[in-house]
Amino acid sequence: MGFYFAQFLTGLASAASLFLVASGLSIIFGVTRIVNFAHGSFYMLGAYLAYTLVDAWQAGPFGFWGAVIIAAVAVGFIGAAIEFLLLRRIYHAPEMFQLVATFGVVLVIQDLTLMIWGAEDLVGPRAPGLDGAVEIFGELVPEYDLALIVLGPAVLGGLWLLFNRTRWGTLVRAATQDREMVGALGVNQSWLFTGVFFLGSLLAGLGGALQVPREAVSLLMDLNIIAEAFVVVVIGGMGSIPGAFLAAVLLGEMNAFGILIFPQITLVMMFLVMAVVLVVRPWGLLGKAEAAARPPSGAAEPPLRVAGGMMRWLAMGGLAVLLLLPFLTDEFTLVLLIDIMVFALFAASLHFIMGAGGMVSFGHAAYFGLGAYGAALLIKFLSMPMELTLILAPVIAGIGALAFGWFCVRLSGVYLAMLSMAFAQIAWSVVFQWYEVTGGDDGLLGIWPSEWASDKTVFYYLTIAVCGGGIWALRRILFAPFGYTLRAGRDSALRVDAIGIDLRRHQWFSFALAGMFAGIAGTIYVFSKGSVFPDEMSIPRSVDGLIMVLLGGVQTVAGPVVGAASLTLLEDFISRLDYWRMMLGAVVIAIVVAAPQGIAGAFLQLIPARWTGREETA
Amino acid sequence: MTNVSNPVLAVRGLSKSFGGVHAVADVNFFLDAGELLALIGPNGAGKTTCFNMLNGQLPPDAGSVKLQGRELVGMTPRQVWRLGVGRTFQITATFASMTVRENVQMALISHHKRIRALWRRTGDHYADEALALLDRVGMAEQAERACGVLAYGDLKRVELAVALANEPQLLLMDEPTAGMAPQERIDLMALTAGIVRERSISVLFTEHDMDVVFAHSDRVMVLNRGELVAEGSPAAVRADPLVQEIYLGAGSTFGSDEQPAATTTADAAAGGTHA
Ligand SMILES: Nc1ncnc2c1ncn2[C@@H]1O[C@H](COP(=O)(O)OP(=O)(O)O)[C@@H](O)[C@H]1O
Ligand SMILES: [Mg+2]
Repeated sequence: MGFYFAQFLTGLASAASLFLVASGLSIIFGVTRIVNFAHGSFYMLGAYLAYTLVDAWQAGPFGFWGAVIIAAVAVGFIGAAIEFLLLRRIYHAPEMFQLVATFGVVLVIQDLTLMIWGAEDLVGPRAPGLDGAVEIFGELVPEYDLALIVLGPAVLGGLWLLFNRTRWGTLVRAATQDREMVGALGVNQSWLFTGVFFLGSLLAGLGGALQVPREAVSLLMDLNIIAEAFVVVVIGGMGSIPGAFLAAVLLGEMNAFGILIFPQITLVMMFLVMAVVLVVRPWGLLGKAEAAARPPSGAAEPPLRVAGGMMRWLAMGGLAVLLLLPFLTDEFTLVLLIDIMVFALFAASLHFIMGAGGMVSFGHAAYFGLGAYGAALLIKFLSMPMELTLILAPVIAGIGALAFGWFCVRLSGVYLAMLSMAFAQIAWSVVFQWYEVTGGDDGLLGIWPSEWASDKTVFYYLTIAVCGGGIWALRRILFAPFGYTLRAGRDSALRVDAIGIDLRRHQWFSFALAGMFAGIAGTIYVFSKGSVFPDEMSIPRSVDGLIMVLLGGVQTVAGPVVGAASLTLLEDFISRLDYWRMMLGAVVIAIVVAAPQGIAGAFLQLIPARWTGREETA
Repeated sequence: MTNVSNPVLAVRGLSKSFGGVHAVADVNFFLDAGELLALIGPNGAGKTTCFNMLNGQLPPDAGSVKLQGRELVGMTPRQVWRLGVGRTFQITATFASMTVRENVQMALISHHKRIRALWRRTGDHYADEALALLDRVGMAEQAERACGVLAYGDLKRVELAVALANEPQLLLMDEPTAGMAPQERIDLMALTAGIVRERSISVLFTEHDMDVVFAHSDRVMVLNRGELVAEGSPAAVRADPLVQEIYLGAGSTFGSDEQPAATTTADAAAGGTHA
């Protein structure tokens, strides 16, 4: 009995931090409609800053709490500055651009943190005055946990007062309901947004700072918390603070007790709960159903055109060059080219559902990884030949996408993005935690191609055949009724329904198909590297895919190939430098702000229409 | 009420409220084979709500909709479409990123259950049929233009072609001529009437332009505040004093002392279209 109660208290204590982070995310989303990926980075910054300040002012309890508060406020200012400098420019951009831009911020903050605090995990001191434990029903409960248990509801109450008893809070609530109306009231909207960012970031920083006595401060904190915070916000209902509280407590308790029953799958359980909630109540436990989805921004995409003569010749010429390259270059270049082709197929498969389907998946790496791990496991445990795994592993990825996709296509916009990311995190955590089968963090090694394909040049040609073939097939499908139906659903769900098409089902199949093609890329990838690690399923890999599509331009069919080549070359070049993540982040941010139609998109606008077969739109 | 032995569409007791407002209240009517039935009434009378219940877009609170004896209530729009009911929308719904021809082809591809074809280009599916339909609605010259750049009146024609693609027995046309110039309205309705007569398609349409209604409908029903208040031949409805009040207001020369309540509807009288 006493043990379970203590466990219950532990759950409540861990809910406190989670609630702080999630409520900040929720407030920011409610008003600005931006899903701020960098919110986890604010949490991490709060922890690092608090660590340093606590270290400096260790004398007395005031020092600790003072440090926590100053760290939180500092993070609030950092958030406001980022809003002011960057996000303000992209409020009207499509959701995906915003998500990717905030991910650019994640990369920059990650490297800045590494630069300032180093790569070592930092273990902070206990909170002075609260470093003991209290006996409750015969079990020892840390005093600091009890303080957090009180703090969570206290912050909830404070936020309630702020939003219901102050003019500023009333404005924020009004803006959450109707942004245009606030503009009409003559309120300075941009300062309202900056203020909201300040508050939201401060809450994230506070959540991070409060964790210092409980866990080591590390560079993994940002992505670990952001996935959890997304889950909390989605379960609680986007924009609902009491919902975030309820969901945080739910997850906190689930973790506390889940660890007793299924220690292996606590992460999985969390995402499963989210999936169930999203299917039963898509707007979350305490959220309100969105009145109407955001109308697609920007002008309609021009119709697809079969490539004109010039483009065909370009493609043929490119292929000829690829085929001749082994005679002209060294093995290093071939390895790089294999990477490019693998990621071109990966990006093309993401582009398929994103461009034609308007479904922005933030977890597409799951299917890349399923293909890679599928192939590795088939070889390890069933000693299957490479040829067979090349067929079966993509099927495994496709089945995974079929299972996850069933849930994802029930949602749209940011909800879909978050759910797809949650599923990718499930896949990642299974691979990461299931050491006996997947090797966990150590990965699976020694996955080499069959004898005949083990020569790099031969494997290079195999890659051209498989990845090139995959891209070509995707392109065919895009031009065929299957792809057109997907586009039709993106253009007008109402009309699609009125001509007898089950859109959700078609989106589901498309999602699975895209997953299968991502799996093909993953399969080739694992044979080209000889090994696979959980990183292949992680959030950064998913975001890589998004950046490639974005670099190439969402509205161009050739975009993903251009984007994959650009990003792979860029990463190859800068990853030899220190702090390359920061540079990559800066590049991503610059592209979102300066060239939203992507490289291929910008290029297409420069060359005459008759070369590309495009019709000039009026 | 006309006595029809075997109606294409039989609607009984159809009702829908939005938070206490009776948008459609106990509507009953029949639609005969090959008949052009106009549903008129001022803005907000409940016409679009009615249409949305007929094709499964909105579940009614009560009532039944039978297509040749088959209950449609509870079906999804796509199931209703498969039974041969085409729909055009008050605010056009087309695929903006596709050409006019591709829009029609999509309907044909769906009709022939080919939406999951993976290989052959969309443009090569049912191209001739699509062009024939476009020719019939006068859009053949613009077949290769993107729907996203078309004029509104042309979009209405595209929608008509799309609605004809599955060889429907019933067309539901919600304000098919909204947003058009007067002459264009008459032309389009004449065109529609010609097409449905030659294919003996039944049509239920709403319309604001009384000239169009009286020129091209076989029968007219008047909806006011969710209730059917008059029904009959165009001439009879035109002569109905209640209808005149609804449309012309109390100041009408026909006098209206029997229906004093009708003055309140005068401000909501017909004329404009929904934005
Ligand atoms: N989704 C809805 N929610 C609430 N009220 C609605 C909704 N749709 C229609 N209404 C109301 O129902 C009434 C009938 O509307 P509608 O069917 O669009 O009329 P009409 O098409 O005849 O102009 C109006 O008062 C309108 O405001
Ligand atoms: Mg209407």
